[in-house]
Amino acid sequence: MDVVVCVKHVPETAEAELRIDKTGKAIEKTSLVFDINEWDDYALEEAVRIREKQGGTVTVITVGAQDSESTLRKCLARGADTAIRLTDPKFENSDAYAIAKILHSAIKNLHYDLILLGAQAGDDGSAMVGPILAEMLNIPHATMTKKIELNTGTAKVNRELEGGLEEQLEIKLPALFAVQTGINEPRYVSIMGIRKAMQKEIKVMGLADTGLTEADVGPAGSWTTIEKLYVPPVEKQAEFLKGTPEEIATKIADIVKSRGLI
Amino acid sequence: MAKIFVLVEHRQGRLRDITFEMLTKANELTEKTDAETTAVLLGNNIVEHAKTLTEYAKTVLLVQDPKLENFNSEAYRKILAKLITEHKPSLVMMGHTSYGIELAPRLATALGTPLATDCLDLTFEADGLAVTRQMYGGKVNVKAMLRKAETYMTTVRQATFTAEKPATPPNGQIAEVPSLLTEEIAEKRFLQYVLPPSGGVDITAAEKLIGIGRGIKDQTNMSMIEELAKTLGAVLACSRPIVDKGWLPSDRQVGSSGKTVKPKLYLALGISGAFQHVLGMKSSDLIIAVNKDPKAPIFSFADYGIVEDLFKIVPALKGKIYELKGQKA
Ligand SMILES: Cc1cc2nc3c(=O)[nH]c(=O)nc-3n(C[C@H](O)[C@H](O)[C@H](O)COP(=O)(O)OP(=O)(O)OC[C@H]3O[C@@H](n4cnc5c(N)ncnc54)[C@H](O)[C@@H]3O)c2cc1C
Repeated sequence: MDVVVCVKHVPETAEAELRIDKTGKAIEKTSLVFDINEWDDYALEEAVRIREKQGGTVTVITVGAQDSESTLRKCLARGADTAIRLTDPKFENSDAYAIAKILHSAIKNLHYDLILLGAQAGDDGSAMVGPILAEMLNIPHATMTKKIELNTGTAKVNRELEGGLEEQLEIKLPALFAVQTGINEPRYVSIMGIRKAMQKEIKVMGLADTGLTEADVGPAGSWTTIEKLYVPPVEKQAEFLKGTPEEIATKIADIVKSRGLI
Repeated sequence: MAKIFVLVEHRQGRLRDITFEMLTKANELTEKTDAETTAVLLGNNIVEHAKTLTEYAKTVLLVQDPKLENFNSEAYRKILAKLITEHKPSLVMMGHTSYGIELAPRLATALGTPLATDCLDLTFEADGLAVTRQMYGGKVNVKAMLRKAETYMTTVRQATFTAEKPATPPNGQIAEVPSLLTEEIAEKRFLQYVLPPSGGVDITAAEKLIGIGRGIKDQTNMSMIEELAKTLGAVLACSRPIVDKGWLPSDRQVGSSGKTVKPKLYLALGISGAFQHVLGMKSSDLIIAVNKDPKAPIFSFADYGIVEDLFKIVPALKGKIYELKGQKA
């Protein structure tokens, strides 16, 4: 089974203080730590498990600048066999649609039985790249995938609906699955894996290698353009309890008690 | 006349809330222009749904087919592609739900229609459709423009627009259109609905909940929180990453893909407040949140906020509650 995994190198922002940059259209990235997109991490793990069980190859692919190689290296260390990085100054400010076109230009020339990627990326949360790519490749797809069971020529997948409900589908292969967190438990990188990964080559491709034109990528090839970023307006703000931990604990306990809950 | 299409979402015999939220927004947009709201309803034996929708939309386009008994994105894509090409709506709205996410990007690609997903707001401006979205887990809002086009497509976030019946009833007409499906979709078949096994605790019935998030960092820290829960008489609930890691069973998860809870107290510890989580707990009577990041979105939903390390607050709070209970006894 040959599996292609699309990954994205994204900033970790859950605990970081974010600042909007001078252009007003992006955040300042210099002080942020980047890593593989959380959802893609599960997709990679799923791919490596399939390869371990059935043989075949795992190819990871990303659209990103030089710094995204650290994410590709991590994937190689975790068990991917080969890595491709698509990069070009013209790719900058591509939206999810343009990114899907760029990925498609490279993937269409690869052999694959399965394409896996995260259901969404933690930065823009658009959740579009997977199904767009599937349409371009003309293969069936499923998003929000919580379980994949491979059989000959088909796969049984569980898709997450709302409220804890799932639906089970049968899908013909080759297919694309966009996976949801929790589908597996991603492994840690071993020191051996890291050493081996350092020696592997990352194939780099630019606009000229993709067969796309300048009009297909970047803002020109995108569906959406960002006008501005801004801090979400606060409709309601919590009343902040201040003091030492002891003082705060007293305040919380008093509030809870005043509601008759202690 | 210009039209706005709203794709009706329904499952297991019930119209889903997002449908009415979208219809309300569509009506607000059509009021300002000379456009009309059209509800697009695909399914099998769903005339009752169609009747309900006539109270919200001028037209209900109804397609019935046994092959549409359950949602199938490929079946929907085929039928919608034809309806959109024929009617040329200025806007197509779907839910940013499991169904909308599955369908919209693929349909938009097939039609060459620009799409923006997970929208919080939509406005027609002189040079096209403007949308409000969020990035970085809700820490930043974005205003984006869609490329100018005859038809725009959007998926909209759940529980963002408040559903309201139109003041003047539209007395909608049901227009039934024959299904163009000649056979079952072979490459993608619905098999069954699956409910994950229950872990035996019903968090929706609890009076007091302690919700834990990724901020608790390590499974070994769970015992500290469990002690607090025991002292307070609260039940443990959590955000999604805690279930993904297997630290708590899935029926403890609060949010869009978990449970909706409305306890008298929701104490959120190390939860950032992503909208998917907030969706499940924002109606709690009293929300107290502890998070070391003063900008965490959870603080716009909490009644009381504490910007502090939860590992300092938890033991102190346990002590205080213990004391108060002692006095009472
Ligand atoms: C389709 C879909 C459905 C989803 N459904 C759900 C759902 O039902 N429920 C759900 O919860 N999520 C759901 N999610 C995931 C959601 O988007 C978020 O990723 C998730 O809610 C984040 O969980 P968290 O707040 O625990 O973690 P994070 O966002 O990582 O936040 C951790 C927080 O802990 C704080 N923190 C860290 N250390 C400390 C400390 N020592 N003291 C105090 N604070 C600390 C940090 O400042 C941070 O704010 C869904 C996502 C998708 C795409």
